[in-house]
This record gives sequence, C-alpha cells and structure tokens, in this order.
Amino acid sequence: MGTIAKIHEMLTTKQCSCVELTKSYLSEIEKSHAELNAYVNITEEEALKTAQAVDKKISLGEELGMLEGVPMTLKDNISTKGIETTCCSKMLKGYKPVYNATVWDILSKNNAVLLGKTNMDEFAMGSSNETSCFGVASNPVNTSYVSGGSSGGVASAVGANIAPYGLGSDTGGSIRQPASFCGVVGLKPTYGAVSRFGLVAFASSFDQIGPITKSVEDASIVFDAISQQDDKDSTSKGYVGGDTFSKLNNDIKGMKIGIARQYLDGLNDDVREAVLKASELYKKLGAEIVYFDLTSLKYALPAYYIIACAEASSNLGRYDGIRFGYKTESYDSIHDMICRTRSEGFGDEVKRRILLGTYVLSAGYYDAYYKKAQSLRGAIIKAFDDAFTQCDVILAPTVPTTAFKKGDAITNPVQTYLTDICTVPVNIAGLPAVSLPCGFDSNGMPIGMQLIGKAFGESTILNVAYKYQQTASECFKDTKWGVKL
Amino acid sequence: MSYELVAGFETHIELATKTKIFCGCTTQFGGEPNTHCCPICIGLPGTLPKLNREVVDFAIRAGLAVHGEVAEVSKMDRKNYCYPDLSKAYQISQLYAPLIIGGYVELSSGKKIRLHHIHIEEDAGKLIHQGIDTYVDYNRGGVPLIEIVSEPDIRSIDEAREYVEKLQQIMRYIGISDCRMQEGSMRCDVNVSVRQKGEEKLGTRTEIKNMNSINNIAKAMKYEFERQVSLIESGGEVVQETLRYDDVTNTTSSMRSKEDAHDYRYFCDPDLVTIKISRDEVEQIKATLPMLPAEKCQKYVNEFDIPEKDAILLTKYRKISEYFDEAVEGVKSAKTVSNFIIGQIFRRTETEADKEVFDVSVSPSQLNELVKLIDNGKIKNNLAKATLEKMLDTGKGALEFISESDMGGLDENALIELCKQAVETNSKAVEDYKNGKEKAIKALVGNVMKNSRGKADATVAEEKIKELIG
Repeated sequence: MGTIAKIHEMLTTKQCSCVELTKSYLSEIEKSHAELNAYVNITEEEALKTAQAVDKKISLGEELGMLEGVPMTLKDNISTKGIETTCCSKMLKGYKPVYNATVWDILSKNNAVLLGKTNMDEFAMGSSNETSCFGVASNPVNTSYVSGGSSGGVASAVGANIAPYGLGSDTGGSIRQPASFCGVVGLKPTYGAVSRFGLVAFASSFDQIGPITKSVEDASIVFDAISQQDDKDSTSKGYVGGDTFSKLNNDIKGMKIGIARQYLDGLNDDVREAVLKASELYKKLGAEIVYFDLTSLKYALPAYYIIACAEASSNLGRYDGIRFGYKTESYDSIHDMICRTRSEGFGDEVKRRILLGTYVLSAGYYDAYYKKAQSLRGAIIKAFDDAFTQCDVILAPTVPTTAFKKGDAITNPVQTYLTDICTVPVNIAGLPAVSLPCGFDSNGMPIGMQLIGKAFGESTILNVAYKYQQTASECFKDTKWGVKL
Repeated sequence: MSYELVAGFETHIELATKTKIFCGCTTQFGGEPNTHCCPICIGLPGTLPKLNREVVDFAIRAGLAVHGEVAEVSKMDRKNYCYPDLSKAYQISQLYAPLIIGGYVELSSGKKIRLHHIHIEEDAGKLIHQGIDTYVDYNRGGVPLIEIVSEPDIRSIDEAREYVEKLQQIMRYIGISDCRMQEGSMRCDVNVSVRQKGEEKLGTRTEIKNMNSINNIAKAMKYEFERQVSLIESGGEVVQETLRYDDVTNTTSSMRSKEDAHDYRYFCDPDLVTIKISRDEVEQIKATLPMLPAEKCQKYVNEFDIPEKDAILLTKYRKISEYFDEAVEGVKSAKTVSNFIIGQIFRRTETEADKEVFDVSVSPSQLNELVKLIDNGKIKNNLAKATLEKMLDTGKGALEFISESDMGGLDENALIELCKQAVETNSKAVEDYKNGKEKAIKALVGNVMKNSRGKADATVAEEKIKELIG
C-alpha cells in the first residue's frame, strides 16, 4: 500500500488525527534538520491549521478526498501565497508571492497539509543541491553524499520519511536525478501536462512540475490531481487520457520495452548491470525487450544546455532589485544598482548559465548556436517518435552514476553537466519519464532507472513502473529516518 | 548639389482594448501609479503571459484598413534589454513572423506610402523624474501596441505630415485607438536620410525620437535634413545614430550611437503559442470594418454632389460622417444637410476634440426632419436656420418651434404689405439706401423676414422693397 493510501486509511479509520500525524512529521523534520537540511522553511502554523480543518471534517463524518490531510512539501521555486519562496537564492530571500502557483491552488483546495518548502539548487540550476544559498541537502541513505538536484530537498525529505510526498520541478532531470540518488520515485510529466503558472521559470520550454514519492502508486495519485489544463499557462494542455491510477495494475504481457543502445554507453558498471537486470525482470513479467538505435542522443546534451541557458538568461533578467527581491545597498546610478544587485544576489552557477545563455543568443552567434540547437531539438523529437513505432516505453538509466560525494560536483561544472546525459533527452523531446530505484552500488547507494513514454503516455509508464515495484520491492528500501506509519 | 529627403516612419499606436495584451488589467489612461497592475504585468517570478485575442482582432482590423496581408501563422518573440520601465527585462514583441505584411497609405496625390509590416507588442511602463529621483509607474506596462513600419517612401515634409495624419485618421475611424500624440497613444519615430537627387542608393539614416506632435515631426525633419546636407557638403559623413528632438531649441541631439546600440537577442517566446488566423476569421473581421475616410469622401462627392473641400470636412472624423449619413437619409439636397453641419453645428463644436466626439444636442434624425420640411416647401431656409439655432440651444425637435401657421409660403399680397410696412417704419434705412448705401437694404429685408416669421422669400422681398423705394 502506498503512503498516501495508508495515511488516508489511518485518518478515515481514526487511527490517528490529522493534527497528530502532522505534528509527528514536524517533529521528525526538526530532529533530522541539522543532518539532512532538506527543508528551508517549515510552515508549522499553516500545516496545523489545515490539519485542524481536516480533523473537523472527519469528526463531522464528511468524506475525505485521497489527498486530504496528507502532509507534503513543495520545492522552494513553487509560488506559495504569503509564504516565502526563495528558489534558495540570496536574490529572493524574504520574497513572499502574492499569488499561488496553480498546482498549489489545486492541492491546497484539497486540504493538502504543507509542512514546509524544501531545499534546491539555486534557481533550479545544478545537479547536487550544492548551489543552494542554504547549503546542501543530504542524501538520506548516506549523509556524506548529496541528495542530487535540483529538487534535492524534496527527494531527501521523501526518502527520509519527513514528507509523504512532494512536488519538485524537472528541466533537465531535476526530479528524476535526485529521486534516483535518494532511492525514491520521481515523475516528470509530459511537457504541458501540468501548469507552470507560479513555477519560477528557469527554462520555459523544458520546465515541468512533478511528484516525488516513495511509491509509484503515490506518484500516480498526485499526478492525476495536478495535471489539469490551466488557462493561465498557454503551454498547458492538462492530461488527456482519463486517470493513471486505475490503469496501474494492468497486465503488461506483450508490452514492448525498448532499450536504446546509446543509452548504455558511458555508464558506471553497476548502473548498467542494474538496468539490464531490470530488463530481465520485465521479460519474466511477459514484456518483450527491443533493442534499437538512437544515434542523435549525443546531441541532446549540448542542445539542451544551449537552449535552456538561452531561455534562462532571458527569464532571469527581471531580477534587478527594483520591484522585489534583493537590492544592493549602495550604488551611484541605476546601471550600477542593477549590476551590483545581480552580482551580489546570484551565485556562480546561475551567473555561469546567464552568461552562456546571453552568448548563444547574441548577434553573430545566434545562428551557430541557438538556431542550430533548435533544429537539433527537432531531430531528437523525431528520433523518439520513430523509436515509439518500435516499442511502447523506453527503459534507460536515470544517471550514469550514483550520488556524488559532497563537494565533488561543484568543483567541475562541465563534468557535472555531462551527468545529465540520460535525463536531458527526455526534456528536449517533452516526453514523460518516471525514475525508480532498481538496485544499489557497492556502497549501498541507490541506482535509478527511467521509463520514458510517448507524449501523454503517463498511464503506460506508471503501469510498467508499478509492475516493477510490485516485483522488485527490495530495491525500494526504507531509510532509518522520519515517521514510521 | 540638389539633395533629396528620404524618410520612413515607425509608428506605435496604443490599442483601446478593454484589457492589456497579456493580462486582465485595464488599459485605461491615468490612474494612481501602479494601480492598474498585477503579478503578470509586473513580471513577478513564476507568472506567465496570456495573449488577449482582442488585441489580435484589433491588429487585423488595422492591417485590413491599410490594405495589408494578414499572416496565417504568426509568432511572439522576446526582445531582451534592461531598463527600469521594462518589468521582465524583455518586451514581448514580434520579429520573425509579424501579424500583418505589407500594405500602404495612399496620399491625396495618389502616391502610396508602402508599409513593410505591422506587428503587435506590449508597452513598457513610464519613468517619472522628480529632481534627482526617478520613479516607475507600471500602469502602462503591458498595454497593447501595434507598430506600423513604413518603407522609406517619403520624399518631403508635406508627405510626412500627410502620412501621419492619414494614419491617425484611419486608425481612429476603425475605432482601435484614439491616436492622441500628446497623450502618447500614438508615437512616431522617423528615419531620415539624404541623397543627391537622382541617386538610387540610400544614404545613412538617423532615427529621430520623442516628437509629440505633427508640427514637431515636421520641424525635426526639416532640421535634420538641413543638418545632414550641411554635414555632407562640408565633407563629413552622416553617422547612423538615434537622435532625440528637443522642441525648445528645435534641434536634434544624439541619444546613442551604433556602438551603443542594443543587441536584443530576439528569440521566439516559449511561453506563448503560435497565433493561427483562419481566412474565415479575416473575412468576418473585414465585414465589420466601416467605410474608410478616403472612400467615403469619394462617395459624398460622387453620389451627393458635395464639393470636395466640404466632403473632406465631413469625413475628417468618423462620428461626423456617421451623423451626416443618418441625417441625409431620403433628403432632396444633401448639400443643405452638409451646410447646416459645417456651418451652424460646427460652430457649436469648436475644438478638434469636440468635432471628434461630435456630441451634438441635435440628433441626426432631428436635422433630417428639419431639412425635409424645407424639401417639402413647408418652410424656407432662413426659418430653418433660425429654428436650428433654437434646436441646438434646447435639444428639442423642429416642430417645437414651428407651428402650422409658420408653414406654407407667404402669398404675394401679404408679402407686398410687409414690404410696405418695412419701408414705412424704417425711414433711416430707406434714406441710407437712397444715398448709395447698398447694404441698408438688408435691414429692410430683415424686418420683413422677422415680421413674416421667416416665411417670406428673402430674395423676392428684396426685389419688392427696391421697387417700392424706386
């Protein structure tokens, strides 16, 4: 039984009150904070208020929705009205949005209990949660390792049982990679399935909000709730295909699971082994494994970094200290004020990407970089379309490695960019993908695999993922931390 | 050496849509600073633009009114630059696939000033300087604009004037903007270059900004033309730069040179989807366009026999021509209606602003009724004029002031009686007339008109009086 279903049962059968449950999560958050640093803002008052409202409903015998009263967390780049939303940047410390992100509107109307906002790489730029102005979030499996990024805080909290589920965001792998590192489930929806309104923009044509959970079932429940079309986001289509939850347990006999040969290159040995082992398990479940080539895969990473940084350089132009956010203390002209504010307010990785993005869009370089990257993007989209004529889902590793040791990623940015090689093609093509744990390396650190689907193929990938979790439950190992339900 | 002026315009027009281009804030002018704003137009983190379709409609109307081609597929692009009045540090505009391609504005000479394109974009906020402080008001940020870019077809300052006036008139006619240069709802930047007469190649152009009236445009262009010519004649070279016009000193001065020119790093805005416009939609919009001033003017001249200079006055503003159209229904002499409007009614709508609004106390149907009384011989022109004055004073219809007894003509005997009366009671006027003062007869005629309550025919009365005096 998934965590959400378990909590729902506990509340409706009155095994505990929502307030009691919430308090136990808050207590565990506090206990583990020094070591994990998963949360950057704990919203105790808000959480207990909602919990009280849910308890009232229960006492009146009213029906409770599946997500009602379930404590959860939001990555700190998701706008919460009246609650600090910092993107873990000095630039937005103290910034309180005056409106809710659509996804939070949806969940809060369903009485989701917000425990707090979680840690992330600054402005979602990073793969280890080490660019955060609040310090790194630790991997709950072993705290000398990073949680991953950029949704490191959410993955850490979920892995440490100090949040039953959380919403992160994925631009180049930021949900899936930390999920993989922390041994939990992370779903990046099809581009356009979930509204981006209220998500602080990093790269507009890639960003998507998605759930990080302990089980596939939980991811399905949360996805079904948040995947509504939103008029405020012109790129949002919502999920068109009914719900994913009712299809989780469908038989996967005869399902064609594709493996791109290029995806198996450059992996750590134990990662390759674990993914291949998973394919063997799928064969036992009656699926057919189909090998194919995805030769344009190698262009995905450079195309991604060019386009994403270009969009980011534009999206982050608004941080100038004039209307909101950090502002430098002394300056002698408007130009000086803006320069100093941005130099002081942004961290190094953010600056690096703004510079890169500005460069690839600049006169004289636009054609060679940005325009070329866009046509590569088109080629990759087509390559995936072709692949899906041969198979129903694609099985791939999530990351070529397991979690980095703290301090390793930050020393060589470009090396770190290269570790996005498995996740980024999915964002380029706008496809859905779910990461789930499929083994452990020799140090006991989790290995993650991805199931990539056609556009709006969430029910298929979640179905295939669910079947795996049912069969390979040993990969879904719990950690010592947090609330034991 | 004889030099030729070559000029082109980039005109920004604020669209009078109900709400801004990417959010639901009002486009109303004025208001307390930063009160017509929301998270979207202030560019708060996480917000996204949503295209207001009314803006596209308005732009299509504008495009059709200047004979442009409406694109089937159009895209929004980001124009990136940093300035305090630009809340997102980029302006959402169009570069790669504008909404309207081509088009032209026809001058009275028949010459067509060609348009390159028209695109839609959002306006920026406003900076307010007070002493050493500068404040920003974002009320205007996000107000929809169309930018009309012409080809460098203009060859004289008169042509430039006419181009701007005609553009203004057309856009007002189709109701998409009030095009007030002083208020900033219409802004013109002009590109000016010179070349020797007969030369085909274009000279280096400069761009002049900040002219808030057509007169200032003319003055600025004249100054710039002379400056460039004298620069070239003295062996210098025109530098491509942006100039601002100073209306106090009547000079242009450099704002920024080519070296400082912005690199806007345009790219397609990923937050907005492609704008698709069906041909059906275009036809539907076309059907709602009113007849444009040039066409209307021709119609008045050809169909109603109105002299061209009067037709121009009647079609200057849409409301006047609509008033005229209604007042002229079924009337024998359109010219009579025209005369009443241009004469007495215009005297009541003295300013251009009054004429544009044309809020007249007499309705077109009331004027129509009055003129029909003349048509049917029920009253004479003079009575009609006097009655119209009373109607304009009170807003009441003609029949409030004209009774049955006023209608119908005056028989000849009655007329002669009145003439005799006039002569007898106005001996001084008679004396003056006999002594050569021709104009004195008017007083006697006036007396007859008054006593006949306007029913007498003034011309006949004058004849009779002359006969009586001998």
